[in-house]
Amino acid sequence: MAIDISDRPLPADREDSSRLLLEVDNLHVEFRTRDAVVKAVNGLTYSLSSGETLAILGESGSGKSVSAQAVMGILDSPPGFVTNGTIRYRGENMLTMPEDQRRKIRGRRIAMIFQDALSSLNPVFTVGDQIGEMFRVHLGMSKKDSRVKAAELLDRVRIPSAKDRVKDYPHQFSGGMRQRVMIAMALSLDPEIVIADEPTTALDVTVQAQIMKLLSDLQQEMSMGLILITHDLGVVADVADRIEVMYAGRVVEEADVGDIYARPAHPYTEALLKSIPRVDMKGQALSTIPGTPPNLARIPAGCAFHPRCHRAQAICATDEPEFAQVALGRRSRCHFWPEVLDDQR
Amino acid sequence: MTSDEVILEVKDLVKHFPITQGIVFKRKIGDVRAVDGVNLQLHRGETLGLVGESGCGKSTLAKLLMVLERPTSGVAEYKGDDMYSLSGKALRRLRRQIQIVLQDPYTSLNPRMTVGDIVGEPFEIHPDVAPKGDRRKRVQELLEVVGLNPEFINRFPHQFSGGQRQRIGIARGLALRPEIIICDEPVSALDVSVQGQVMNLLEDLQNEFDLSYLFIAHDLSVVRHISDRVAVMYLGKIVEIGTEDEIYETPTHPYTQALLSAVPVPDPTLRGLRNQIILQGDVPSPVNPPSGCRFRTRCWKAEDLCAQEEPLLVVRETSAGHPSACHFAQQRDVVHAQAEADVELIEVEGSGEASVDSAAHTDDASTAAVP
Repeated sequence: MAIDISDRPLPADREDSSRLLLEVDNLHVEFRTRDAVVKAVNGLTYSLSSGETLAILGESGSGKSVSAQAVMGILDSPPGFVTNGTIRYRGENMLTMPEDQRRKIRGRRIAMIFQDALSSLNPVFTVGDQIGEMFRVHLGMSKKDSRVKAAELLDRVRIPSAKDRVKDYPHQFSGGMRQRVMIAMALSLDPEIVIADEPTTALDVTVQAQIMKLLSDLQQEMSMGLILITHDLGVVADVADRIEVMYAGRVVEEADVGDIYARPAHPYTEALLKSIPRVDMKGQALSTIPGTPPNLARIPAGCAFHPRCHRAQAICATDEPEFAQVALGRRSRCHFWPEVLDDQR
Repeated sequence: MTSDEVILEVKDLVKHFPITQGIVFKRKIGDVRAVDGVNLQLHRGETLGLVGESGCGKSTLAKLLMVLERPTSGVAEYKGDDMYSLSGKALRRLRRQIQIVLQDPYTSLNPRMTVGDIVGEPFEIHPDVAPKGDRRKRVQELLEVVGLNPEFINRFPHQFSGGQRQRIGIARGLALRPEIIICDEPVSALDVSVQGQVMNLLEDLQNEFDLSYLFIAHDLSVVRHISDRVAVMYLGKIVEIGTEDEIYETPTHPYTQALLSAVPVPDPTLRGLRNQIILQGDVPSPVNPPSGCRFRTRCWKAEDLCAQEEPLLVVRETSAGHPSACHFAQQRDVVHAQAEADVELIEVEGSGEASVDSAAHTDDASTAAVP
């Protein structure tokens, strides 16, 4: 399954408003707990066009899932609060619109696929009921019609003998099949944007390959914008067009997929790429990133990555680097990005 | 560092879990064939990787080797002694030699015990290893060995990060100076940046203490990095075994090939340039495994012979010099970029009928996009 990269919109095209679906600008999310304020997302900015696959890459605690929840408007509040920024869907700020208007977008225009299909599905209803609920609630369909629609959808996500399986309960499906049900549910109302939060993390590699292929096939069929949230650099290389690398609630590097793997412009991306053992390369000594990701209640001053960075200098501990333009459509949040980039030659 | 001395030998090991029905009068209605005839040898100082999908019996095998489960049939010999005939003191002495590091560092450490108590607990059960007055010092030494500050001895597990917790688990495994450590998915719960630290630690410890590892994981790139030899398991059986190079460079069993090709490679320039085999369907139930070759229901090479005769794990003319349990074993490169890439979609309908839908296409665009 290869996606034609040359066919991707040029940077100038990206500004074309008809194709631009989602713009997130300077998004801040914090959790106010009894002991501390945890700053999960600190100034996230990205945009998504139709037909594009954007990967948000980060380790656990980097704020990638929280930012997706904020976009969907399903943040637990309290303790979570969006404290700053805008989220625009086709130019309209979703954060200021009334809830009933936002509810029309959620599920119908922007849908989400969750990581753990078993705990995201209700165990006491059949999958047909749960998929059909989308049609009953959003489109006011009858129970009978919605059942027929659910069977069609199961067929579309390639579940064998879909007509019979709508009557089954989630526990009667295997892990991969359950994830297909989740995908069917997300795609039921032909959304323009699908946010997939670690869709294959709980699955075996052979099943992961099936699900990723299904997702990218369906994406092309429907020319959706896909936001793929993951920590797996391999999956990103296989399907993404563009990548946002997150660290401590910020995007530290933004680039097209080819550029970032060939020549990373941020030390974190560089270290991350070096630390994966590769199947196709006889890698010997594993290079590692010292230390652990920071506690989001106490994010280090200056550049959040500086305590773990081998290039860190005095300025990194005091001044926060700006999100510097490296090339067209490519940015890095590092004081020394030219050096990082030069070292990759 | 690997020697020829066989430290652990497993012969035809079988573990079936009975499925029963009824409350007062239990009737046996079937078996879950978790491990169904496994043969293995572990050498001193060696790392044997064990890969396979969930439900293939990897963890049951680990429990059998720890003598936490008794097998239905078969033997496992530690230095020539049958492990399952031991009991009492002799068994306790054996347990000292085989230890385990568990997968999830968040649930495998008791939250109410301090790190000192957790790492020192093996000494309570085996008091002759360390005399009582000596234990605290021994625990601190162990913490230092695994790269933790010895002053953390009175802290509780929740005060540590995931990587640090896994180090505590490793320290506990090392406490009795075992010869064999079974690592059951030791890094799969960790972030990529921390995973490397723990793997490097395991390798250092192996060199220092001359340990043998049975390294169970589902992440093939991790297994490749750490293993000397690799065994691939499917539905309770080993389907292919060989050195790390033999398995990754010249896989001959279709399942190994499918498994390897399914691993996403972190290199976008290879997109569309690798042979990719996408298996359809799921692993069959181990309660009722297919006749003959167990992989035949998902295999694109399956013929009548595969349903009738079970292929043995032997070296074949076509199996590139290492044992492969396939009648039609054939070498195939699935890891490197190919001039002509195939994306094979294997559709299996009904039972045993396989059809291959192969769409060959070369993709110039994906190479052109790289600067």
